[in-house]
Amino acid sequence: MKHFVQFMKSLFLLELLKGMNVTGRYFFKPKMTLRYPEERTPLSPRFRGLHALRRYPNGEERCIACKLCEAVCPALAITIESAEREDGTRRTTRYEIDLTKCIFCGYCEESCPVDSIVETHIFEYHGEERADLYMTKEKLLAVGDKYEVQIAQAREQDARYR
Amino acid sequence: MIEWITSLLSFLPSGWVTVIIILIKIVVIVLPLMLAVAYLTYAERKIIGAMQVRLGPTRVGWNGSLQPIADALKLMFKEIIIPAKASKFLFLLAPLLLIGPALAAWAVIPFDAQMVLANVNAGLLYVLAITSIGVYGVIIAGWASNSKYALLGAMRSAAQIVSYEIAMGFALVGVLMAAGSLNFGDIVRGQEGYGFVSWYMWPLLPLFVIYFISGVAETNRAPFDMAEGESEIVAGFHVEYSGMPFAVFFLAEYANMILISALASVMFLGGWLSPLAGLLPDSVFEIPLLGPLLGSGIHWFFIKIAVFLFFFLWFRATFPRYRYDQIMRLGWKVFIPITIVWLLVLGIAILAGLPPWFSAA
Repeated sequence: MKHFVQFMKSLFLLELLKGMNVTGRYFFKPKMTLRYPEERTPLSPRFRGLHALRRYPNGEERCIACKLCEAVCPALAITIESAEREDGTRRTTRYEIDLTKCIFCGYCEESCPVDSIVETHIFEYHGEERADLYMTKEKLLAVGDKYEVQIAQAREQDARYR
Repeated sequence: MIEWITSLLSFLPSGWVTVIIILIKIVVIVLPLMLAVAYLTYAERKIIGAMQVRLGPTRVGWNGSLQPIADALKLMFKEIIIPAKASKFLFLLAPLLLIGPALAAWAVIPFDAQMVLANVNAGLLYVLAITSIGVYGVIIAGWASNSKYALLGAMRSAAQIVSYEIAMGFALVGVLMAAGSLNFGDIVRGQEGYGFVSWYMWPLLPLFVIYFISGVAETNRAPFDMAEGESEIVAGFHVEYSGMPFAVFFLAEYANMILISALASVMFLGGWLSPLAGLLPDSVFEIPLLGPLLGSGIHWFFIKIAVFLFFFLWFRATFPRYRYDQIMRLGWKVFIPITIVWLLVLGIAILAGLPPWFSAA
């Protein structure tokens, strides 16, 4: 009897019709596709994109060349050289991130005692040669200056969970 | 229209005029067919996309509507790579051997009561004969590529096509018995009477289903596309092809899909006949505008083809690929016995004059 039911089921294509029923229903469902770049998904405040070096409101750069980020970086993407400035503070003379090595883990940001190195929400950037993806101190500071409002806002949103 | 062309060409000898008119008719059939093939690829991507809860092409033209044109242009400008030591002549001949029959078979398909290129009395036989030639294209393509993968793919494809041709042929024998004619016009006229009730689809239901499934297998479409199997193996018999010859293989596949759909609608769904004709009172069909739409006509033929094509795409979106031995088992050990049994049942039904289909005979 069991075999007979099975036989009839396959003869009348029941399982196949069931499958077609499923795809047929999905045919009319609203579509999930996001029409990037016109439509975008919301980004978390914790999103880890392109790096930036921040400044204090008075224009002084935050970085004190403690080299914690360089030490913690698992991909060895950060290179820092430091020297004493005329006013006696320790500052970086070189602060470079090789984006072709970077894995965007966010450890540099976590380790930074002065919230200097951060990862922004920028993820649409490209380079036409390798040097374009080698972020020098000037480039990082420029990114920080340009997006400071956004960066500060994201830190603000996330502050209560830290 | 035809008279006008004839009068325009009256300075030519009459034999020439006939040839020119036939050529014009061929162009009138083939051009829309090619366009339909192009837009079938678009429909496929859109429909399968919708079933997978995504949008499909949206970028080229309004909602992606120029996508097939862009694809065609891209393929035309690609290089035709001919493998070293390939048989060059056969290599380029194979795609033509596939697309040729797919287009030639349209000669006997009746679009309307009057509209048919060649009203051949052995139309069914002609279609069976001409579509079988396609398998040569497959074998030659595989052999001429000088590649073991192409050859193996060609063997698998060819075996599959040949096996399902038998089940398909038996299904067509059922139509032949029911209609008592090989002429497609007569086959359709045999289904006149009580609207959709009179269609051969009902007395020949198993044959109809088998015909359509065999058609899917015959065109190497999913779920019988293990010869191509794009998600598992490379591409079967057309691995070595690129650019336009590659595109021609796909043109042939889609043209064959449309052909199978057209044949199915002519033989089982009454071709150009309206599903309502004969069921509604005659006065309905005399209402201006609405009447001709409900009445029999070429539009019903196209609607039926579109429905079948939708099923092709629906199958592809739904079913996982068959294993090779399962394909062979289905063709030889399931379809052929069922068709033979049903031919017996059909013979008895015809002898008994089962109304409404066979009562007149």
